[in-house]
Amino acid sequence: MVDLAISVGQTQTPEALLFWVLAPLTVAAALGMLLVKKAVHSAILMASVMINLAIFYIAQDALFLGIVQIVVYTGAVMMLFLFILMLVGVDSSDSLTETIPGLRPIAITAALGFGGLMMSLISRATLGRNAIGLDAANSLGNVEGIAQLLFSRYVWPFEVVSALLITAALGAMVLAHHQSIQVRPTQRQLSTQRFRGESLANAAGLPAPGVFARHNAVDVPALLPDGTPAANSINATLQARGDMLPSGTFELGKVDTSKGEEK
Amino acid sequence: MDAANYLYLSALLFTIGAVGVVVRRNAIVVFMCVELMLNAANLAFVTFSRINGDLNGQVVAFFTMVVAACEVVVGLAIIVTIYRSRRSASVDDASLLKR
Repeated sequence: MVDLAISVGQTQTPEALLFWVLAPLTVAAALGMLLVKKAVHSAILMASVMINLAIFYIAQDALFLGIVQIVVYTGAVMMLFLFILMLVGVDSSDSLTETIPGLRPIAITAALGFGGLMMSLISRATLGRNAIGLDAANSLGNVEGIAQLLFSRYVWPFEVVSALLITAALGAMVLAHHQSIQVRPTQRQLSTQRFRGESLANAAGLPAPGVFARHNAVDVPALLPDGTPAANSINATLQARGDMLPSGTFELGKVDTSKGEEK
Repeated sequence: MDAANYLYLSALLFTIGAVGVVVRRNAIVVFMCVELMLNAANLAFVTFSRINGDLNGQVVAFFTMVVAACEVVVGLAIIVTIYRSRRSASVDDASLLKR
């Protein structure tokens, strides 16, 4: 049985060299994807796996699929992944502690079992007959051969897949669409609100952040004449996130001058 | 070297992807592992296509790529929607049905 399996698809030496150089790299990158903490690093390793797979496709006479793999996966899909990573937060790394106790040993045991099963299955399979190779099928060219199949035998699945693509694009648009809860006020409305409101305290605009001559960052509230910090000089988002420094330490009387000039 | 080596590689990559789906908790990384599994299946399709001297396998791999692209688009949109309402991309945080 095993002898038959080995006789299937003898390849030339250059391809063997290519395989034995790239396959360990691919497996290492895939394992690294599993083990690294940061999602961005996973994405980079994923891209390298995709490129290696594209090289394998081209080495196996699947020129069209190799090119499509690079264009679709390393181009579009990885771009999408990185884009979403930027949106969700680049530094969103996993905490590697397990929440379900014993999950990791179980997963690794199951993987070893499954992998072993697959490997032994492949090694025992006779895979039918001797490898034929794609020389005859690709006699008109790989792209032409695929096109002939795609537009004759697979024309109905092809149409269905195009419907699927349109549905997916629509679905993504619906999911990502953000309905604003309130109508955004116009500049004119804002101006009317400032002058016709309850008080004229903010008629000239909100105070700017920072303590005069000491610290002018946007996260330090301005000091009012009586020494209290003016909370409305800080952006509401910064306040909600709690990214607000106490301005009291920057007051003239309270700064520690014994250390000399501030750097 | 024989073409079955590609099948071994494909099985290995599929297993690694499956472990990733179970073990990792960041939804985006889980998604990348699903992509890895789909790609491993594609490699097997291409290899079988070569062993059988028939382009049907490559056409199926092509369809798999299209479906994978759809899956990524919709899946990432779902992740963004969940992130928007829960401020987290961890798959363990979306457990409202438990309580």
